[in-house]
Amino acid sequence: MVTANPRLAVDLAGVALQNPLIPASGCFGFGEEFLDFYDPNILGAAALKGTTREPRDGNPTARIAETPSGMINSIGLQNPGIDAVLAQKLPGLAQFYHQPVIMNISGFSIDEYVHCCAATDGTCEVIELNVSCPNVHGGGMSFGASAEAAAQVTAAVREVVKESALFIKLSPNVTNIVAIAGACADEGADGLTLINTLQGMRIDVATRRPVIAERMGGLSGPAIFPIAVRMIAQVRSALDIPVMGSGGVASARDVLEMMMAGATGIQIGAESLRNPLVIPQILEGLPALMDELGIERLEEIIGAAL
Amino acid sequence: MRSIQLFQVTENRQIARDTYLLELEGDTAGLSHPGQFVNVDVPGFYLRRPLSVCAWRPGHVTLMYKILGQGTDALSNIAPGETLDVLSGLGNGFSIPEGVSNPLVVGGGIGVAPLLALTGALVKAGTKPTVIFGFGSEDEVALVEEIEALGVSVSITTVDGTAGTPGFVTTAMMQADTTWDYVYACGPTPMLKAVFAAAGTPGQYSMEERMACGFGACMGCVLETKEGLQRVCKEGPVFYSEDLPW
Repeated sequence: MVTANPRLAVDLAGVALQNPLIPASGCFGFGEEFLDFYDPNILGAAALKGTTREPRDGNPTARIAETPSGMINSIGLQNPGIDAVLAQKLPGLAQFYHQPVIMNISGFSIDEYVHCCAATDGTCEVIELNVSCPNVHGGGMSFGASAEAAAQVTAAVREVVKESALFIKLSPNVTNIVAIAGACADEGADGLTLINTLQGMRIDVATRRPVIAERMGGLSGPAIFPIAVRMIAQVRSALDIPVMGSGGVASARDVLEMMMAGATGIQIGAESLRNPLVIPQILEGLPALMDELGIERLEEIIGAAL
Repeated sequence: MRSIQLFQVTENRQIARDTYLLELEGDTAGLSHPGQFVNVDVPGFYLRRPLSVCAWRPGHVTLMYKILGQGTDALSNIAPGETLDVLSGLGNGFSIPEGVSNPLVVGGGIGVAPLLALTGALVKAGTKPTVIFGFGSEDEVALVEEIEALGVSVSITTVDGTAGTPGFVTTAMMQADTTWDYVYACGPTPMLKAVFAAAGTPGQYSMEERMACGFGACMGCVLETKEGLQRVCKEGPVFYSEDLPW
């Protein structure tokens, strides 16, 4: 039985979370892989694997490369498609998980985003729109790369997302994150997820070939943590909009730091892949660290550094 | 059952060129089949290193690895008495179908690692295995004495001809004076495909792919099969010949 600590509770755009900790999309599958390690009902919420209208096989292998303090992935949005996710994966998850669900929706056209969001609205607490996946040629990247395109896709899905909260997950591979965040806020996004992966590349010097089959991929892990903190702080200094922070969080101290930058929810991605117990370990460590730092409730520190 | 456990290093011994046996003490409850693997946290590196289980008994596991980069190089400097954080009980492992009586066991390079425990299980199951191991050169030959201690002889091939039959494992397969009714193979993918083509019988093939998590979450290590894309770390690493699209 999971007992929530009220000191950790946060309100994420009207969605009550027992704590801010959320496995990031793509690092949690559809939940079942973590059952050997912990009861997922300890989570604040769970962000599911990025889903598209049609099933996708994703990119060729190799899809993974190690980096200093992180990793590059190039999965290419492998997923069973929105119909299978709604008909099978969500009911499957509901068998063992009863906390808020974040459905991550990706697409290659506004029409696809709208189709998937309309089908998904109301089946989950939050729809997280991935406009930033750097792995698919000509895909999501273009929507997250400019304020105009981000505004266009946000406005289109806003029309059909009525029950779930709508978050836009933004790419850090841009010159002006605040302008893009502002465009999404202006078109009615309920919140933002900051940040997706940074584009990176490794080369095997013995073979003189890129390690990853698609050459480039998305860099995640502690290497990008300070970039995420910076972008969250920049956006939250300019805009009063709820943010799920994402990017290299690996410890209870990182959670507090990212919340002080202005994040309400904290997504944990790569670290869960190297240490599937990291979320329960952070949850266990948070109260003592809060005591040490004189923090009574997590909500009081959101944006404290701004 | 997959779990994270702390293991204590009791020995980390070089047995061939760049090839080591790592002896660990800890909870081995997650291991049930030869061919399973563990994912080892090497201090100073972000991703764990997936290593083959060479042999195990309750409370003790022997891993085998080859230095292929900075992570495995660092691992080779871990001393007895140190502890390692290990994600154990990963992958499906080999199984022994009913009716198999003369299995052929083929390993190439570091791919011989899981075949010691497999050969032990095959002998225990009452079968008469034929074992062929292929290496690049004589100084890479490993695990032969351990297999022979099970009462099974090993045919060796080396690419440069410095030990055993010159050539590849398929050379020894063609020259073998025994017949087989099933094939087990682990090694580089080109070798597995060559064995598959030469085998003439059904079998099980242990695959490898670059992976991150090792427990099925990240979708990094997928393999194209007749059943669609499958995860080498979860549905594999052992795949049945009838599922391989070769």
